[in-house]
Amino acid sequence: MIGFQFSRAHDVADAVRQIATEPSAKFIAGGTNLIDLMKQDVERPLRLIDISRLPLKSVEEAANGGLRIGALVPNADLAYHPLIAQRYPMLASSILAGASAQLRNMASTGGNLLQRTRCCYFYDTATPCNKREPGSGCSAIGGLNRMHAILGASESCIATHPSDMCVALVALDATVHVAGPGGQRAIAFADFHRLPGDAPQRDTTLQASEIVTAIELPERGFPAHHTYLKIRDRLSYAFALVSAAVGLELEGNTIKDARLALGGVAHKPWRDPTAETALRGQPASPSTFARAADIVLRDAKGYEHNRFKIDLARRAVVRALTQAAAGTPQVQSSKKIA
Amino acid sequence: MARTGPDGRAEDIVAVPEKVPVAITVNGVLKHLRLAPWTTLLDTLRDRLDLTGTKKGCDHGQCGACTVLVDGRRINSCLALAVMQDGASVTTIEGLATDGVLHALQQAFIDHDAFQCGYCTPGQICSAAGLLAEGRAKSAEEIRELMSGNICRCGAYPNIVAAIQQAMGQP
Repeated sequence: MIGFQFSRAHDVADAVRQIATEPSAKFIAGGTNLIDLMKQDVERPLRLIDISRLPLKSVEEAANGGLRIGALVPNADLAYHPLIAQRYPMLASSILAGASAQLRNMASTGGNLLQRTRCCYFYDTATPCNKREPGSGCSAIGGLNRMHAILGASESCIATHPSDMCVALVALDATVHVAGPGGQRAIAFADFHRLPGDAPQRDTTLQASEIVTAIELPERGFPAHHTYLKIRDRLSYAFALVSAAVGLELEGNTIKDARLALGGVAHKPWRDPTAETALRGQPASPSTFARAADIVLRDAKGYEHNRFKIDLARRAVVRALTQAAAGTPQVQSSKKIA
Repeated sequence: MARTGPDGRAEDIVAVPEKVPVAITVNGVLKHLRLAPWTTLLDTLRDRLDLTGTKKGCDHGQCGACTVLVDGRRINSCLALAVMQDGASVTTIEGLATDGVLHALQQAFIDHDAFQCGYCTPGQICSAAGLLAEGRAKSAEEIRELMSGNICRCGAYPNIVAAIQQAMGQP
């Protein structure tokens, strides 16, 4: 870790003002990913601005009938918040599927969105990586790419976004509230994370000197028919090979509304409106689910070590839709896939 | 000493900002320290306060050996900057026993032989103390899931779960 200056932000405006003074400066809240990246010499900020004491730690009723979640609410507090557990159990489940109890106690809501990929070449400063060092090349495309993307990748980067929580947030149609030198703005969750294209160094559409202040959830939370199904190499405390967040509204056996998002498969949490459209108005049946899975994976492309993820993702989608329709969501402490 | 950063600019890797005053209550005793901002809580405990019960395993938040309680919540002290804990109350393995009487978890780990080499044990016990305070784990299955941030390379997991169940007052 290189030496850095340390300061504390007194309010959001002060945080924005401070970060604009030093191009390499970073905000720090939970620090669970940033400190690790600094130890690896991947992140080399000359200044850290501590935002952990800003008053962004509440979960409140929002004007839209949903909830507004402060950017500094710890992941654990959010997962166990009674309003989240009641109204957005898919979100609670996705958070509990990720990391460990210690990390969830530390990590913030905003930081979860801004965590970097766990691509091993991004972490290894001895190898080329376009995300870490633009223009240097991608070591994963011809390398060990078992964990890598099967959707939306580019010639520059096949890294995946590692978050579980973000998969549920994109499925729930959340909005990201940010503040910056130009004032405040709101970003639809699906537009917050980017595909790599030819600029994989940019994970998000957040602009320079902007800070995430809150996440807003709309009213519809799919508490009756939902699941977060995560498939990974270990039964706990491992990143997803593939995960699926599903929310359904059923009338009898007919699907009135559907949300479907995948994790572990792309540079961003992957939501597919075409597959959701194909589910609406259809009976909740194995053939409907299989068709939706085929649609989601229609453009999937595997690499040497991760081709198995295409079939794995297809089966995970079918299983997740089946769990959600039956009202038997995956329980994160149970290792049996329902 | 200067070197070239990823963006081609020369970087001063010894920026040497002034040390920062930090006050942390550790195991009930208020400690006033002056620390470089990049000092982790783990290194502060071990190298400055001689509390070497808290272990440095991976130093990357993957093994849980460094687990301590900060204001009653279990965290990975290797990923926490000490300066950010200013004003906090930290409990380490050295602070769990009271007046020479072992904490119920410490006694349970002995009763159930819940370790072999012992390197992960301080982190396991502090993590289990956090787990008991959270009150979320009811079954052995839930204990296993909520203790997954603590790795035991000797594989003492069944005995660790049994020890935690004893401390929870379960048969």
